[in-house]
Amino acid sequence: MSEVTVRKTPDGMKGFLFTLPALAWLATFFAAPLLAMIVISLRDSATGQIGIGNFTRIFMEKSYESALLNSVALTATVTVASLLLAYPLAYSIVTVLSRRMQRVALTFAVLPFWTSYVVRSYAWLLVLAPTGFLNRLLLALGLIHTHLRLAYTPTATEIGFVHFFIMLDTLTIYASLVQINPRLALAARDLGASSLRTFLTVTLPLSVPGIAVGAFLTIVLCLGDYVTPQILGGMRAIVLPQTVMMQIQKHLDLPMASAMSLVLTLIMALAYLGLRRFLDAGERSR
Amino acid sequence: MNILSLRRALSWKGLGLLYMLACYGFIFLPVIVLVLFSFQDGRLPVPPFHGPTLFWYGEVLANSRLVAAMGNSFLVGVGSSLLSLVLGFLAAYGLARYRLRGRSLIRGFLVLPMAVSYLIVGMGLLVMASWAHIAPSLWLVGISHVVINMPLAFALCAAQFSETQARIEMAAGDLGASLPRILLQVTVPMMAPTLIAAFILCFTLSWDEFLSAFLLSRFEITLPVAIWGILRGGLNPQTNAIGSLVFFGVVALALIAEALLFRKKKNSA
Repeated sequence: MSEVTVRKTPDGMKGFLFTLPALAWLATFFAAPLLAMIVISLRDSATGQIGIGNFTRIFMEKSYESALLNSVALTATVTVASLLLAYPLAYSIVTVLSRRMQRVALTFAVLPFWTSYVVRSYAWLLVLAPTGFLNRLLLALGLIHTHLRLAYTPTATEIGFVHFFIMLDTLTIYASLVQINPRLALAARDLGASSLRTFLTVTLPLSVPGIAVGAFLTIVLCLGDYVTPQILGGMRAIVLPQTVMMQIQKHLDLPMASAMSLVLTLIMALAYLGLRRFLDAGERSR
Repeated sequence: MNILSLRRALSWKGLGLLYMLACYGFIFLPVIVLVLFSFQDGRLPVPPFHGPTLFWYGEVLANSRLVAAMGNSFLVGVGSSLLSLVLGFLAAYGLARYRLRGRSLIRGFLVLPMAVSYLIVGMGLLVMASWAHIAPSLWLVGISHVVINMPLAFALCAAQFSETQARIEMAAGDLGASLPRILLQVTVPMMAPTLIAAFILCFTLSWDEFLSAFLLSRFEITLPVAIWGILRGGLNPQTNAIGSLVFFGVVALALIAEALLFRKKKNSA
């Protein structure tokens, strides 16, 4: 850091004053509410007792436990499927297209997501519903004879999620892939490695940061989402955010809802700790 | 290169293109169906397609609940984005231009909400509001949107402060300009493209935010919450029309933001 941007100590206090409004806002409307949530989650709303009863219920009671497991299973499926589908796409964009066309391709990949977030899931309902686009198309082509049951199933939720996260993962993986010096792969080929071996030992390891960032974003956004499973998923495999909303709307049980939200946050934090090594690798290489 | 490897390279390239085409088909399918059947002349937005008609767009504009919700979303979006921008800009300026103790701690705290899901932000404010007996309102929604968007505005501004700008600011100071005057007449104009792009991004996110708006509003609602209400009625071309309207509006905004950021890059290159 040079002397031009950074002034000496007397001004330090003034600099702090600049950050003060933002810090105060977040302390009041983000940190304090979070603390309030933690405090309230320790209260049993039926008996008024203080303790970790709400948390043990989440892991012991059948309905909560299955919601938790559904959330984790859904997120795992979506994360893996999105990465598997997005990697070849990002790789194709980097290797097949010119720099100019790569830019166009990425802009186009993002374009459909500028529609309203709530409407996005509805749009998949239009495609997957019993009388929807896909069923009508397949029936007209004579490929099926009865409607496929696609909408209001866990599969529909997965399709809705994968749709969004293919785009997101493609962006993060692309960002890693374009930074790789193409000479590294050429050198490996010159030294006699097959194209598969070159990919597995040179390109793939160097693109790990992009994969890790994509995976992390998928886990956080997928675990916390209420809209997609609520619109597309039907009622068979309810996920944790849906039970949180039920606690708030039907049972008016804020303590339980808070406890569940905190468990969700805890899982996200665990995902961060698990992926941290790879995320940091990306920071360091820059 | 011999013929064999050339052919192999071509077929790999062909395969890549084919895969790209399939992926883009998948990515575009729902939005194409959405927009196409917003012009449906009939009660169900499913094939076969009849029309086109603008009837459902008329229905949207005649729906007072939706129009009111659009107005609310606009107010919350503009208000929360402006505040996010001012707070984020000031904080980024303080961190970029002064040596602060615990700067990495401050920076970490300022971007922390980005790592937390909107559900947590909304839930936290709901808990605090119910504890303080504050009724759900658009104000609370706006407050939550500042929590969500200010870290982003901060990060965008922080990334754009440069050495050159610092030198120009110092020159202005040497010429006798006061700090507020430097900020308003030197720094802000230099940062204008970034500030406008950040504003548009914040507005877009606020405009589209559902979960915390759903938790924190009751009688006056934002557009996503109003659309959520209509969704319960099942498939309806009116929902297609409102979805398409939002799509075209946001694409237009995104193009403006993109043009601003792109022009900036070109200038500095």
